[in-house]
Amino acid sequence: MNRFDLTRRLVAKLEHREAVIGGIGNTNFDLWAAGPRPENFYMLGSMGLAVPIALGVALAQPERRVFALEGDGSLLMQLGSLGTVASLAPKNLAIVVFDNAMYQITGSQKSLTASSVDLVAMAKGAGLAQSEWARDEAHFESLVERALAGAGPWLIGARIDGDKPAGVTERDAAKIRGRFMAALAAKGD
Amino acid sequence: MQQPAWHERIVEVLKANQVRLVTYIPDNVLSPLIQAVHADSFFTPICPAREEEAVGIVAGAYMAGLRGVTLMQTSGFATLPNALASLVVPYQIPLLMVISERGTLGDHQLGQAIVCRTMRPVLQALGIEHFAVERLEDLGFVADGMIRQAYATQAPAALILSPLLTKKRS
Repeated sequence: MNRFDLTRRLVAKLEHREAVIGGIGNTNFDLWAAGPRPENFYMLGSMGLAVPIALGVALAQPERRVFALEGDGSLLMQLGSLGTVASLAPKNLAIVVFDNAMYQITGSQKSLTASSVDLVAMAKGAGLAQSEWARDEAHFESLVERALAGAGPWLIGARIDGDKPAGVTERDAAKIRGRFMAALAAKGD
Repeated sequence: MQQPAWHERIVEVLKANQVRLVTYIPDNVLSPLIQAVHADSFFTPICPAREEEAVGIVAGAYMAGLRGVTLMQTSGFATLPNALASLVVPYQIPLLMVISERGTLGDHQLGQAIVCRTMRPVLQALGIEHFAVERLEDLGFVADGMIRQAYATQAPAALILSPLLTKKRS
């Protein structure tokens, strides 16, 4: 599977101004490339914090569904966050992990998932019972649909290829924050 | 009339400023404040695994309209420079930090004493507003002023609780 393709498939299903937090690097680059949405937050630094940021949004707005998009290297940096999410069990939060088993942006060095680490198994071990590897694109879409319809928290793992991202996010932190906050403060559907 | 304890004063100020989300990584000095927050249904207390996580949670909640604070000790602050420099400062997030100052005025931990020396230079380098409260009579004014300024200027702030406030017996 391919990160940009899956990101586009995910975004295409978002019809209720769901918030999406794109983790550092190629993860948010592909979210950016998938098209402008004011409800997207692009994380230009703070590696590993997409899940905590998404959790904060989910707690503040329990009526809005929130997706955190992370890479394997990023999630490996903040594994405790899986336990935090599990213990708080926000119904409106879904975590998507794109696992290419490497630190692609820094020269494709192997990550721990290239050897023994299984992030979905770790998520289950943390207490996120609704954690699953997507078998293929169609299965990924069905897992996203489930996360949009049912009670979370969810974790969807996707093993992806080594393709480069389809774009590069505009690096204007204040603008990203302002746009995101305005979108989340706006009333009505 | 007897003055309220330092932790009671902080609870008052947080409430007055509608700061409901309280994230923390435990600290012995902060334990009465942590207990008070757990005992009061106004607050949503969260204890994640790392201070960085707490920063991410408070940042996300702020952007979605819920005010939060993160409590930590000096050594916990020392784990934060990357999250502060690459998230909180550039995105102009009014992250409130309450830091109990360890490693000074009688601490027996060498590690705390050394890490304590790094706190103010890091805050200074990042341009983060910080103030150490030593006297109970100053606490309400300082905490309230720092919180209001943080939200008014979209800038983080660190309220440092000196052992003179939290440990000294008068």
